[in-house]
Amino acid sequence: MLVAAIMALVVVASLLFHFLSPWRPTQIASNWGFIDDTLALTFIVTSIGFVAVVLFMSYCLYRFRHQPGRRSTYEPENRRLELLLGGITTVAVILLLAPGLSVWGRFITPPEGAMEVEAVGAQWSWSFRLPGADKHFGSTDVRFIDTANALGVNPADPRGRDDLIVANGELHLPEGQPIKVLLRSIDVLHDFYVPELRAKMDLVPGMETYFWFTPTKTGQFEILCVAYCGIGHPQMRGTLFIDSDSDYRKWLAAQKTFAQTRKAEAF
Amino acid sequence: MTDVSIEDDGVPSQEVEDVELYHATSWLTKYVFSQDAKVIAIQYACTAIAIGLVALVLSWLIRLQLAFPGAIPFIDANVYYQAVTMHGMIMVVYMLTAIFLGGFGNYLIPLMIGARDMVFPFVNMLSYWVYLLATLILAASYFVPGGPSGAGWTLYPPQAILTGTPGHEWGIILMLASLILFIVGFTMGGLNYVVTVLQARTRGMTLMRMPLTVWGIFTAAVMALLAFPGLFVACVMLLLDRTLGTSFFVPAIVEMGERRDYSGGSPILFQHLFWFFGHPEVYIVALPAFGMVSDLISVHARKNIFGYRMMVWAILAIGILSMVVWGHHMYVSGMNPLFGFFFAVTTLAIAVPTAMKVYNWVVTLWRADIHFTTPMLFALGFLITFVNGGITGLYLGNVIVDVPLSATLFVVAHFHMVMGIAPVLVIFGAIYHWYPKITGRMMDERLGKIHFWITFLGAYAVFFPMHYLGLVGVPRRFYEMGETAFVPHSAVGLNIFMTVMALIVGFSQLIFFYNAFKSLKHGALAGGNPWRAASLEWQTPETPPGHGNWGKQLPIVYRWPYGYSIPGAPDDFLPQNAPPQRGEHAT
Ligand code: HEM
Ligand SMILES: [Cu+2]
Ligand SMILES: [Cu+2]
Repeated sequence: MLVAAIMALVVVASLLFHFLSPWRPTQIASNWGFIDDTLALTFIVTSIGFVAVVLFMSYCLYRFRHQPGRRSTYEPENRRLELLLGGITTVAVILLLAPGLSVWGRFITPPEGAMEVEAVGAQWSWSFRLPGADKHFGSTDVRFIDTANALGVNPADPRGRDDLIVANGELHLPEGQPIKVLLRSIDVLHDFYVPELRAKMDLVPGMETYFWFTPTKTGQFEILCVAYCGIGHPQMRGTLFIDSDSDYRKWLAAQKTFAQTRKAEAF
Repeated sequence: MTDVSIEDDGVPSQEVEDVELYHATSWLTKYVFSQDAKVIAIQYACTAIAIGLVALVLSWLIRLQLAFPGAIPFIDANVYYQAVTMHGMIMVVYMLTAIFLGGFGNYLIPLMIGARDMVFPFVNMLSYWVYLLATLILAASYFVPGGPSGAGWTLYPPQAILTGTPGHEWGIILMLASLILFIVGFTMGGLNYVVTVLQARTRGMTLMRMPLTVWGIFTAAVMALLAFPGLFVACVMLLLDRTLGTSFFVPAIVEMGERRDYSGGSPILFQHLFWFFGHPEVYIVALPAFGMVSDLISVHARKNIFGYRMMVWAILAIGILSMVVWGHHMYVSGMNPLFGFFFAVTTLAIAVPTAMKVYNWVVTLWRADIHFTTPMLFALGFLITFVNGGITGLYLGNVIVDVPLSATLFVVAHFHMVMGIAPVLVIFGAIYHWYPKITGRMMDERLGKIHFWITFLGAYAVFFPMHYLGLVGVPRRFYEMGETAFVPHSAVGLNIFMTVMALIVGFSQLIFFYNAFKSLKHGALAGGNPWRAASLEWQTPETPPGHGNWGKQLPIVYRWPYGYSIPGAPDDFLPQNAPPQRGEHAT
């Protein structure tokens, strides 16, 4: 029967599309392979369900299509069958949840000694701040924001003087070092997204959010903002460079501290 | 099966008094300011379809821009974001919610439970007029300075009220005002649906003998009454932030280099309020669709719905659980990450009752007598798109898997499959199914089938591949992607393909409208019960049902609505109000 065949074909075509299409997740470049694994597991479990349900449906459509003299069987319920199906589904759901939650547990607990970097979003550009030699960020407040102090670093806070300010949207990080990214927005919601990292998080004005990752590949990656932040939203781009140690140190040495940017402005 | 309330004389006890009806005296009160639920239903449905067509055209603009960036001169970033926002908001609230509850709810509830009308007919009429006003205000935002809101249908502040957003002058104010009105109107309608189901059932129509359509609409109405207040207060507060400068949702910020006077507000609070409404909203649309599809499958497969009681409990379980999962839209919003555990568990828990419903629909087909009528085809199309979209919900609900996928086209593909295409297929199936009762004539089956295949296969072809662009990492709500290294060049071709399919699907709806209008006059006469269905709405003395639905005598119900192929019964269906047959076990 045509209907049954087409419905079965929809499943076959979907599976073919999955295996033949060139559109695959980007090459991962961080420690979050676990996320890819959970995704793969989810794909396997759910695809089995999809294929089973639709193929069974197609079979019924073929086998029990109307023919002269056919009458359906009156069967209001079947406790055992319902319990069985409910049980299988519950097991499948637990199979997905258990690994998912354990990976989420890791995702929200940055390792001790992770290097801290701050990413700041404003309509519609990225800036970054590194804690400088003292390994501590100076405090910030929107009250301090002006053209010479775009990130609102507190000029009176001594810990902020050596903070490195990166205003050109290009962030460099060393390979293999766990990074805790602190996220701050000075106007609307933004979201720090690098597809190759897998991890992402919103930047929320009025508070500080975070996520962490360990870069595992040197190279150059695009930073996008994926929280709709107004008309310039798609233009809010930055670049993440994962450097070897020596490259990173070279880059670091060329950066200006907060104190230096203030002095430059004073002239 | 269900409880037995047939007394000694075989007639269930009277549960409600027959009511005195309001009698319309003029053409105007009969057809325009009507208090008849059936007329109000048609008013609701026509308005929802009209505004839905606007949203459909907007989706073409969005798709054209994504496939041919910059090629169409009048689509700039402003127009694009306004189209995305209005498209999403109209589709979810003004089209789907209105047509399911205002349209099908009004038409089917009284007929299916054997009532003469809604219990508050005047309030029912008001609910429609307030809804119409809300819709007109929303549409009016296309004609104000700055145009309609381009803040995204989620309206997230602070962005929604700042100057870097299209429509921040007037559009957002009108959208908020319109939503506030919509909720006022909906509350009037919703109270009617709930009270009518609880109070106006005819003799013998116990709760466990109600068609699943009524169960779905009833549960959805209860949920909407609980969830919409969240959106209501969010809209009022946001409106105050925008117009009076309060700071419910806006902390101290600097906008384009300038300090704004806000301080102390919380943008995340808005998201909690919005999604406390927004997630149940998915089920406010889905539950009526679940109910209606159950009835379609049962009638056209000539088989009792399998596991009726499980279906009812599943509807209730889904309704209750869906009130505690809203945070799955906020996994990467910056809320306390520990909430991720709670919301992931509750979200995936909903998968169990939902899957049970799917199994029961499919098992209903087992050993059935399946007629491939147009309504049946649409029900089958629903099953596939719903299972497909439901499954990707497991990706997005499982917090860690959501992290890379959130805010990408994967999400857009998921929610269109599950709450865009699936419910729309049910709406079409339901229209083909109940059209003969509403008009007395059949729609053309051949045109209906052509309409089905183009819509179903076309929509599947639009949204199935879209998941894969999301997996690649293509973000949603991007006016243009630009040159981006991680997106393979082949994505351009895929985008064009999806757009062409979307255009075809959109234009193919003309077949449906042609069919619906032509059949009004020229359709084959339907008779009272062309599908030979067992539920009560097909047993009215007149078709279309007259004022008060039932003539002199309300029907008496003796059994559940799924009496198909009962062993020993002469026909392959036994209407709910047919007196008990000899040897029949009470159901
Ligand atoms: C032919 C049918 C449809 C097509 C081609 C279509 C297409 C689209 C596209 C391309 C987007 C924008 C994606 C982006 O964010 O970049 C979108 C957004 C959206 N659509 Fe549809 N859509 C259709 C029907 C529907 C239906 C029936 C619903 C009802 C649930 C719906 C609800 C939404 C929502 C809520 C959004 C999000 C708006 C936002 O991000 O603010 N769509 N649609
Ligand atoms: Cu942004
Ligand atoms: Cu949700």
